[in-house]
Amino acid sequence: MLDIQTQLFEAQDIRFGPIDHETHPEIESKWTHDAEFMRLLELKPARPLSPAMVKKQYEAIEKEMDEEKNLFYFTIRAREDDRLIGKAMIEWVSWTNGNGFIRLGIGAPEDRRKGYGSQALTMLLRYAFGELNLYRVTAVVPAYNEGALRLFQKFGFMEEIRRRKALNRDGEFWDLVSFGLLNAEWREQQNGRG
Amino acid sequence: MKDLYRGSLVRLCDESPEMLAKAFAKWNQDTEQHRLADDDPAQLWSEKKIKEQIEKRAENTSQSFRFSIRTLEDDKLIGGVGLWVASWTHSETWLGISIGDRDYWGRGYGTDAMRLIVQYGFIELNLRRISLGLHAYNERARKSYEKVGFKFEGRMRGEGLRDGIRFDSLWMGILREEWLAQQGMLP
Repeated sequence: MLDIQTQLFEAQDIRFGPIDHETHPEIESKWTHDAEFMRLLELKPARPLSPAMVKKQYEAIEKEMDEEKNLFYFTIRAREDDRLIGKAMIEWVSWTNGNGFIRLGIGAPEDRRKGYGSQALTMLLRYAFGELNLYRVTAVVPAYNEGALRLFQKFGFMEEIRRRKALNRDGEFWDLVSFGLLNAEWREQQNGRG
Repeated sequence: MKDLYRGSLVRLCDESPEMLAKAFAKWNQDTEQHRLADDDPAQLWSEKKIKEQIEKRAENTSQSFRFSIRTLEDDKLIGGVGLWVASWTHSETWLGISIGDRDYWGRGYGTDAMRLIVQYGFIELNLRRISLGLHAYNERARKSYEKVGFKFEGRMRGEGLRDGIRFDSLWMGILREEWLAQQGMLP
């Protein structure tokens, strides 16, 4: 049955919100000064960014969302005080093939391991499959990011590709693991829960 | 020193944007060619627009290494091949190739160009690995890539949709040490 009463952007402890160009650059700038966060979420070389640089990135993100229509970006907020705790996105959507890539991260170390990532992923998948009507989503994870590997496995993603030694960090080589989840598989999980 | 640009059937070269645009405008009209090589919708572009696209991408030469492919026997322009370095820090690099002229399919020209571009990647760009993706229905490409030494690394289920039919994409990679061993170049 069509259920439009259940809000797409509200979960138990968190919610999705838009970018706040006034207050968020300061907070995200702090995250970028945490090399661990950067290396869990990004394949680019870690580099600290000033609030001004973060603000520029936000503008580029909203420009891309508006003009290319293949990026869906959300800020993750704590429901208790609306503070920014992370970001979640569906990117590189191919409309003709019905697929896209998902990525999410919780910024501050004290907000990790509290289940916020699971709640954010639940919302992100409902959005990808129930609102964008994608056929499948892909998540690409460095093999050293054990938290992310566990999260996607928990949500029933299948490991599809293992790009051998694709990453070089701290003088070691790591595989880049690519997970896939199909709309049909997700829907079956929802029915099982219902 | 090796001749980086000359294989046994083809050579790698650069073309004027005019010449290349003319060739691509013709190849683009072969939708089988497009559906083998790409996953975006087949589209018909004017020669003028293609020339502008070629000129635009020529601006990014620090990450993108593109070549045209010409036959050695009669110097005919038959396709293009290139490497795109997504990240120098991880040496993450994507390979793309298309033989636009269908008269040269299945005759070893593409594989010869593949050998040249992989060699270029490993001994001129000093890459650590090269990646590529292909449609599961492109059997000829898969055989060619295997011949050159690419190994199967995974499959994305139902990534593409054409003519109402879902198909997988395949992903392959070759590591520097694998290529060096194959060439007898390991110390």
